[in-house]
Amino acid sequence: MSIIHKKTRTVKWLVASCVLMFGFGFALVPIYDVFCRITGLNGKVDLIPAQPSSVIDESRQIKLQLVAVNNETMPWEFKPKTVVTRLSPGEMHQTAYLARNLTERMMIAQAVPSVSPSEAAPFVQKINCFCFERQPLDGRSEKWMPLVVSIDPSLPKHISTITLSYTLFDITPDTPSTVTLSERGSL
Amino acid sequence: MEKLLLGVSGLFLFSGRAHADWTVNLTKGVTEISREIYDLHMVIFWICVVIGFIVFGVMLWSVVYHRKSRGAKAHNFHESLVVEIAWTVVPFIILIAMAVPATATLIKMYDNTEADLDIQVTGYQWKWRYQYLAEDIDFFSSLSTPREQINNTQEKSTDYLLEVDNPLVIPVGKKVRFLLTANDVIHSWWVPEFAVKKDAIPGFINEAWVIVDKPGVYRGQCAELCGKDHGFMPIVVEVKSQEDYEQWLAEFKKADALKSQAAEKSWNLADLMATGEQVYSKACLACHQANGEGVPSIFPALKNSAVALGDEALHIDVVLNGVSGTAMQAFKDQLSAVELAAVITYERNAWGNKTGDIVTPAQIAELKK
Amino acid sequence: MNSSVATTHHGPASGLSRWLYTTNHKDIGTLYLWFSFVMFLTGGCMALLIRAELFQPGLQLIQPEFFNQMTTMHGLIMVFGAVMPAFVGLANWMIPMMVGAPDMALPRMNNWSFWILPFAFSMMLSTLFMEGGAPNFGWTFYAPLSTTYAPPSVTFFIFAVHMMGISSIMGAINIIATILNLRAPGMNMMKLPLFVWTWLITAFLLIAVMPVLAGVVTMMLMDIHFGTSFFNAAGGGDPVLFQHVFWFFGHPEVYIMILPAFGIVSEIIPTFARKKLFGYPSMVYATASIAFLSFIVWAHHMFTVGMPLVGEVFFMFATMLIAVPTGVKVFNWVATMFRGSLTFETPMLFALAFVVLFTIGGFSGLMLAIAPADFQYHDTYFVVAHFHYVLVPGAVFAIMAGAYYWLPKWCGNYYSETMGKVHFWCSFIGVNITFFPMHFIGLAGMPRRIPDYALQFADFNAVATVGAFIFGFSQLIFLYNVLHCIRKGRKASDEVWEGSHGLEWTLPSPAPYHSFSEAPQIK
Repeated sequence: MSIIHKKTRTVKWLVASCVLMFGFGFALVPIYDVFCRITGLNGKVDLIPAQPSSVIDESRQIKLQLVAVNNETMPWEFKPKTVVTRLSPGEMHQTAYLARNLTERMMIAQAVPSVSPSEAAPFVQKINCFCFERQPLDGRSEKWMPLVVSIDPSLPKHISTITLSYTLFDITPDTPSTVTLSERGSL
Repeated sequence: MEKLLLGVSGLFLFSGRAHADWTVNLTKGVTEISREIYDLHMVIFWICVVIGFIVFGVMLWSVVYHRKSRGAKAHNFHESLVVEIAWTVVPFIILIAMAVPATATLIKMYDNTEADLDIQVTGYQWKWRYQYLAEDIDFFSSLSTPREQINNTQEKSTDYLLEVDNPLVIPVGKKVRFLLTANDVIHSWWVPEFAVKKDAIPGFINEAWVIVDKPGVYRGQCAELCGKDHGFMPIVVEVKSQEDYEQWLAEFKKADALKSQAAEKSWNLADLMATGEQVYSKACLACHQANGEGVPSIFPALKNSAVALGDEALHIDVVLNGVSGTAMQAFKDQLSAVELAAVITYERNAWGNKTGDIVTPAQIAELKK
Repeated sequence: MNSSVATTHHGPASGLSRWLYTTNHKDIGTLYLWFSFVMFLTGGCMALLIRAELFQPGLQLIQPEFFNQMTTMHGLIMVFGAVMPAFVGLANWMIPMMVGAPDMALPRMNNWSFWILPFAFSMMLSTLFMEGGAPNFGWTFYAPLSTTYAPPSVTFFIFAVHMMGISSIMGAINIIATILNLRAPGMNMMKLPLFVWTWLITAFLLIAVMPVLAGVVTMMLMDIHFGTSFFNAAGGGDPVLFQHVFWFFGHPEVYIMILPAFGIVSEIIPTFARKKLFGYPSMVYATASIAFLSFIVWAHHMFTVGMPLVGEVFFMFATMLIAVPTGVKVFNWVATMFRGSLTFETPMLFALAFVVLFTIGGFSGLMLAIAPADFQYHDTYFVVAHFHYVLVPGAVFAIMAGAYYWLPKWCGNYYSETMGKVHFWCSFIGVNITFFPMHFIGLAGMPRRIPDYALQFADFNAVATVGAFIFGFSQLIFLYNVLHCIRKGRKASDEVWEGSHGLEWTLPSPAPYHSFSEAPQIK
């Protein structure tokens, strides 16, 4: 085989690897999501409804804390009905968050959930959550947004406190910071 | 000559003041974890010193004794399987020996037992917000070093850049759990004496915990680049005995109640302007500058601006609710009604913005509801 | 193709077009080296401005906004403009001569991959004059500071990164194609000089990670302009994902900047010890295993983002493992010197300083690998001290050593040994005064990337600033020495150094414009 021939073959291989690695960079996005789901990395949680558990582990009580965070430029009032609850794994807990739009205009919010410790994230099951959908609210009005949550009885024994936080982002169209909810949440 | 003398004495002063400042090592800190980390740090440090001593020693030996100018002749060896295996395996064993205690400490740091007190810590550009989950306590903590000190027109105080208006207060000997998140960009909450450093990430929550053994004041800083004033958002934690802590709690709640009463009293322009100037220098000056002229194309000017001279309602809306997609934050939760009214009044009447408008605390208190 | 080029052109074209249209590996190597030196001085001036501001507490010279632009630009320019192009320049000059090839495998692409760079960096530097200023989010450009909160110039920054990425990838393809296909008969893989070996592995790293960098900046671009939310939590994205993807590129990138340095030092030490390199095969294997490990340690840059325990432990172990092959390399260099017959010309001095100071950087790296302790070190000046120790007296000293080592072969004249030694000692002292105190201020608790600091850090900061100015200005001695060498240096012999070994020294000095048009025979 001539040198030119060999050279062309090497270059082809290398260019193909570059393209492949460029694609791999993007593939890291879904890989990361899957990884997060399995390990609870970063406290990321699914945005899909879970099935309620059939067994209740009465032997222990978990302290569940609900936290509300407003992202910058989110002028709503946002807070949980109760901050701290104790519940047994498997037990269904029904609560709500208050959202009050303090501005004059209609706004749309998206709540992003996060769990700490991140190890507990795969065990926090949201049967119904306002974070599944975007939340529109007229100016100067308020609403209670429902949350039904339970903790998987297979939660590791050493975890006794779980914090579930929601960060409220402004996703009203026509604001410069607008972002659309990508499909990645349900990947 | 005089100049030279001055210079020399300056040098002398400089070294005199320096005496206590040549800290060269990590702090031992005031928690069990921080002491364990200190020990790990020292162990790995001495391992490195010993290895360095051997390697550099052999090297120095060769440099001194095997130099050509001494008549050294080059030997011809260039491989030895035994030696090569040895210096692969020995470091490996040392590393394992090091990894074991490190992992043990790490496991301790990830302890999940229930805490006595949970505090939500939120990073803002460029201040911290502390919310005590079980109590109704919620406040912002920002740098209190005056601008004059930063700009070198005033002598710098001992705690220069490490002092805040409202320090975080926690009880001694109790497990305090911090829930960290951020409002805008990533920040990182770090107090060296606690050996706690955790990133505060917008949209996500992280946790760290601490049991402090000794009452005192502990200082730290934001450790993740978060924009312009990253260097100016310190952390101060006051650790108090249980009684002192409870007293602080009670006083804090009383002061909070007083603040809302203050909103109901009537204020005149002069009072509002005086308060407003203080609030401005604390909350607005970093971006909009002392002269109200802002920074061209980054932070808009307030002097002669349409907002500050135009419709009052719009101006109030901007300050309370921020402007989406810009660096203008919502100050509704950060400042009290009095402070908000004062600063808006100030902005409408300072730097030649002579609108004569007065925004009253009562007006703001109504909107804040 | 190459043989026909070699027979039709005997010398370089004259004037500017020689440099603009050149496909000659030596010309292109020269262009790369001068470009990187200009960038080194540019980035260096920024560093001096940063150090000057940090000389005393309080804000004196520059405002925080501009300070952040300076730290960002300093990092980007030094990494992508100074260190990487310098290594590519050395590779262009030396690899064909070392493997007995007439030129690089793809000479026209070679021209392209250089000429992209001036445009990329003009674009990058032009952001300094734009509205809103240059990028100010650090060379690691963490989202969302670099997306939602970035100045408008971020788009130009992204394009500049794309361009330099393409340049690096083309350079890497060229180097691999040359090494794999153009070796002289008899030059089998295990006879390759170590500089060639380390560059081969580096080039593979570049192919693997530069596209990932291109990917991550493309995602940023899409987040900023096309409404996607890869890194925005509001749309289901995650800012931490940015850090994972970035460091997946970033950690191998660190080795891209040090492996060729290993190669240079492995060439120089045997020459001046007049003794064969100790443990050649283990050097090759160690380099390869460092490269492999570089892909599984990235998250040690992120110990404080809140990873699960398992993650922390895994990345801690993997990181500590890197100390093993790195240690092997250091031990091999020391064993090469042991019972040799040493002389201390300037390249050897730089190489020796490299071994010592790089090892110190390695030690602090080992300390940083201990995850619990990293909670204290992370994002402090301790980290700044660490990576400057591996990059300045590491990568930069190796480049200096290589330049002094091969300069007589390139231009046919010796540089001034006295001036070279003065340059070395000024640099050596300057570097240590600058970066050693940073360990102390880091441990004492000073975060990195701050324009102003608390009073207890004042003294060491003042010391570091003095050192930085010594180091910075001593580089002018180097510049003068090189110019002097080119114009009126003492004539060099063909083998240049008494103990030199390898194909490049069989060529006349200066190396002819076209060398090895007929492949040499290797016994």
